[in-house]
Amino acid sequence: MARSARPSAAKSPVKTTARAKAPAAAVDDPTISSSLADEAAFALRSLQQAHANNKRYDASDEELLTFYEQMVLIRRFEEKAGQLYGLGLIGGFCHLYIGQEAVAVGLQSALKEGHDSVITGYRDHGHMLAYGIDPNVIMAELTGRGAGISHGKGGSMHMFSTEHKFFGGHGIVGAQVSLGAGLAFGHKYRDDGGVCMAYFGDGAANQGQVYEAMNMASLWKLPIIFVIENNGYAMGTAVKRGSAETHFYRRGTGFRIPGMDVNGMDVLEVRQAAEVALEYVRAGNGPVLMELKTYRYRGHSMSDPAKYRTREEVQDMRDNHDPIEAAKVELLKRGVTEDKIKEIDKRIRQTVAESADFAESSPEPDAAELYTDVLVGTY
Amino acid sequence: MAIELKMPALSPTMEEGTLAKWLVKVGDEVKSGDILAEIETDKATMEFEAVDEGIIGDILIAEGTEGVKVGTVIATITSDDDDKASPAPAPTAPPAKAEAPATEQKAAESGAVKAPTGTDALVPASAPAPAASTEIPEGTAMVGTTVREALRDAMAEEMRADDRIFVMGEEVAEYQGAYKVTQGLLAEFGPRRVIDTPITEYGFAGIGAGAAMGGLRPVIEFMTFNFALQAIDHIINSAAKTNYMSGGQMRCPIVFRGPNGAASRVGAQHSHNYAGWYASVPGLIVIAPYDAADAKGLLKAAIRSEDPVVFLENELVYGKTFDVPQTDDFVLPIGKARIVRPGTDVTIVTYSIGVGLALEAAQKLADEGIDAEIVDLRTLRPLDKQAVLASLAKTNRLVVVEEGFPVCSIASEIITICMEEGFDHLDAPVLRVCNEDVPLPYAANLEKLALIDAKRVADAVRKVCYR
Repeated sequence: MARSARPSAAKSPVKTTARAKAPAAAVDDPTISSSLADEAAFALRSLQQAHANNKRYDASDEELLTFYEQMVLIRRFEEKAGQLYGLGLIGGFCHLYIGQEAVAVGLQSALKEGHDSVITGYRDHGHMLAYGIDPNVIMAELTGRGAGISHGKGGSMHMFSTEHKFFGGHGIVGAQVSLGAGLAFGHKYRDDGGVCMAYFGDGAANQGQVYEAMNMASLWKLPIIFVIENNGYAMGTAVKRGSAETHFYRRGTGFRIPGMDVNGMDVLEVRQAAEVALEYVRAGNGPVLMELKTYRYRGHSMSDPAKYRTREEVQDMRDNHDPIEAAKVELLKRGVTEDKIKEIDKRIRQTVAESADFAESSPEPDAAELYTDVLVGTY
Repeated sequence: MAIELKMPALSPTMEEGTLAKWLVKVGDEVKSGDILAEIETDKATMEFEAVDEGIIGDILIAEGTEGVKVGTVIATITSDDDDKASPAPAPTAPPAKAEAPATEQKAAESGAVKAPTGTDALVPASAPAPAASTEIPEGTAMVGTTVREALRDAMAEEMRADDRIFVMGEEVAEYQGAYKVTQGLLAEFGPRRVIDTPITEYGFAGIGAGAAMGGLRPVIEFMTFNFALQAIDHIINSAAKTNYMSGGQMRCPIVFRGPNGAASRVGAQHSHNYAGWYASVPGLIVIAPYDAADAKGLLKAAIRSEDPVVFLENELVYGKTFDVPQTDDFVLPIGKARIVRPGTDVTIVTYSIGVGLALEAAQKLADEGIDAEIVDLRTLRPLDKQAVLASLAKTNRLVVVEEGFPVCSIASEIITICMEEGFDHLDAPVLRVCNEDVPLPYAANLEKLALIDAKRVADAVRKVCYR
């Protein structure tokens, strides 16, 4: 009986206000009827259907140019960071976002910068650039300089901009998910209409605290979008070797969180999915879980030779699924001139070169900075 | 034969309670599972069930009687085999409270009193009160307040003043707190600000830390700090380090609070003092008050702090009453120790429940002509080194008393400070009185052996005084 009820539930519209009607046959048994009503009201797959019905965002040329520019900025910035790492100017861990640009750009273009909160793990440069944070202070943080956004005390993994409502930059895998639920709690507590977008990887998706956070976020209807950036590898472990359920968008089912399965290599698909998710979350319905299928071209970090996958696999993604190339092709198809695109590319190269110069020429933090910012108060 | 019904111990720490209400009267027939009475502990009102069948013979303690000791015979049941023709006559007048000691005596004779445990020695009934804090102006009116109430009052006062403050944890709202510390907060502030969580410490510690990063002022209650190990990642990696890692841009003003240290007969997993763990982390404030005034004044300060605070309470002192100044806004400074007993011959440095033991030991030692000064650290990070060193310079002898493991402890730290910065003032090696270096056992006798007591404190003091 439960099975017969499901298809009609799945067909119910996105709006959760649509009240489920238990089939007449079930009415006699209160337990069955309530469980059927439950199933129908849940509408777990409704957002995915809304997305499937209208997959791509109807961007104006201007918007698509902006997305393109932001993605190119991230790509060139990360390439430069890789270079500086090779030169010894960046130390420690440095996790590059190359290949995943469409995710941060597509999602964050739908947010209100400085109003909606964003939090992520240690692969954080791209999310910062997508939120309009100055490349100079990011690059200077990577090189450990006093002018860096964290005064050189955080490094690649630990950068924050409370002004932009970018909350880091966290090095413990999965921690940002609970912290993100806390940021969402704050939006709801203040009733400010804001949403938190909490990014994490397919690896972090196996951490226990992620599910503690999902449970409470759903229980309290917190305005949060859980974003799983599934790049196929948790460090060196392929998804299928580390995850019993590799369809991560289903991972919220146990908490009644609707899931969305999104192509993370197409910026317009990502943006459209964000529209669907945000409408649901901003309406007070609680969290959404989005899985974005994406790919990182580089190793997990700079010190990773990435021997766990074939050269052909990477090459295929670069040649056939690159989000920046795809956006460029689409722009040309729309009649945007080659020159216009070249002009953007040139401008970005200039911006990134300047950030590298700034990061190399800025002095290291003053030795006295060692003892500052341990505590805020004096006791 | 009549069966004696004794005042039950309804929690590990309950020693006495109020017989709130009898639900049966003399002559009533009862069977196993019937509710006989309602008994109030300091935490809750509990129902007292019959386990035997029979007829209520005598009711020995009248309803409304307070301070009925555990083990006191409160009623008798005559079983069916007894002579039903001669039930004991109902008492013509309710027994007076004054009878309680007598019945207690009876219970003791029948061997029904609670076995003495190590934690009985941790909270000596005879411990003298700490000297009034110098932070309280002379002539301030004082009100007897339990530590439990003082903590609640601190939260309530701060919540009234600042809407950003909320309390979150397991059973903090509808249940009124597992140890009743949050009693009444839900009624006053509502479910938006007093929030029950599922049993997921890691998750809600992270939610709290995230809310603090986003501009709120969370007070996160752990039912005990033993469970906070599930959440220690957020306390240390998220809350303590963010300000530094962000170059001072992103703060985390949060209070993690709850009982810490040994309770009573609860075994190794529920009895650990984590003070030394948290006090070793730069970026945290760690506070561990003893009396009610410090609990209130320091919790208010902790909530106002821009920094993350670990606030370590102690279940065994929640119910103890101390004087609390009756002032509008009693806030104490973080990072300042307090001389709870001035003295000249030897310094005892301690904190939390150790303060009561030190006071008790000092009283005994005074009879022997040893005048001990007691320094209550109150804040464990940042540690008030100057107060320790100043007292050492005065007495030249020092003992550290800590209800916790000895290795890598607060005691270790105090000894290091004395070696590094107080060596010239030392007339004897510094000694530490800590729990035995074993997981805390359950058996009453072993628990007593494992935990510190006033005798061990006095012994150590005599040793450093070469007496």
